[in-house]
Amino acid sequence: MSQSPFILQEQQFLKIRSVLERVRVECAARVVFLVDRDGQTIAFNGDIGDMDTTSFSSLAAGNVAATTSMARLIGENVFPAVVHEGENESIFISVIGRSLLVVVFDGRSTLGLVKLRAKRASFDIAAILDEMIRESQLIAASAKPAFADITDEDIDSLFS
Amino acid sequence: MTFINYASREINCKIVYYGPGLCGKTTNLQHIFDSTAPQAKGKLISLATETDRTLFFDFMPLELGTVRGFKTRFHLYTVPGQVYYDASRKLILKGVDGVVFVADSQEERMDANVESLYNLEDNLQTQGYDLNQLPYVLQLNKRDLPNVIPMHDLTHELQKKGEPVFEAVAKDGTGVFDTLKAVAKQVLTELRKT
Repeated sequence: MSQSPFILQEQQFLKIRSVLERVRVECAARVVFLVDRDGQTIAFNGDIGDMDTTSFSSLAAGNVAATTSMARLIGENVFPAVVHEGENESIFISVIGRSLLVVVFDGRSTLGLVKLRAKRASFDIAAILDEMIRESQLIAASAKPAFADITDEDIDSLFS
Repeated sequence: MTFINYASREINCKIVYYGPGLCGKTTNLQHIFDSTAPQAKGKLISLATETDRTLFFDFMPLELGTVRGFKTRFHLYTVPGQVYYDASRKLILKGVDGVVFVADSQEERMDANVESLYNLEDNLQTQGYDLNQLPYVLQLNKRDLPNVIPMHDLTHELQKKGEPVFEAVAKDGTGVFDTLKAVAKQVLTELRKT
């Protein structure tokens, strides 16, 4: 069976973006993403330049999925954080439930600072995500699904 | 799992192309990528070996248009077909909304098709899905080759639940968009129920 949709309401999106902005400013990071573990971008804040954010999120999720499987092979349940250090830019990924907080930073910041601020923000993000999941389940359980009104014509029009 | 973002008014769905090694999964994506207008697609990402065999996955985002004021974006993935990459295949099926099984029509690849189909069912089950409940399309690829099994026999052997079946020659694009449309329609139709 396919699973219920994961629904992000505007108010939750604004809350998440404000937490991401706080993390970005506190860490002096270039950009901060919140990504679903299936690879979908939930929100981001900062300078993305010409970065392909869709591909970036998909690869971040693939990266964590692979390292989580590696963790299990050596008897760990999960690696709660993954770090990639580059010459100029680095990436820190923190697993928060079914989402990933991804911080892209350069020499203006340090890994220690990013870890500390990300950990603090993770509690706020977890609370917002819990609310999202609860509301998604309520909508799924309601008599009227979110897109019950879509007609065959609506769907066909996408392919015409 | 479909992701509906009310803030950016987007519906994001995940479609996975599955099948045995060298059946043409990446070729399907490559054709979609090459034939789609730049504004409707993102980059085609291929995590491949030095010999161009898929190592982890291929990925491309594709925007189909707007439905009820929401942009519909499909995230297309392929899995690595080679038998020993099973751990990667399991990971890629996480959060899937629809599956395309790409079968290799050549006689000598029949066993590989059957094995891969069993593997798909197993791996879906591991992730908590039932193939019978999931949007699903069967594509019979490489129909231009001389040693192919007749369509009727191949369908009889591989069709699981009356899913739509398409003949294809992915390298020249035949059947590629028909397959994609069929699975995308099923995914969107599913959205009306959930």
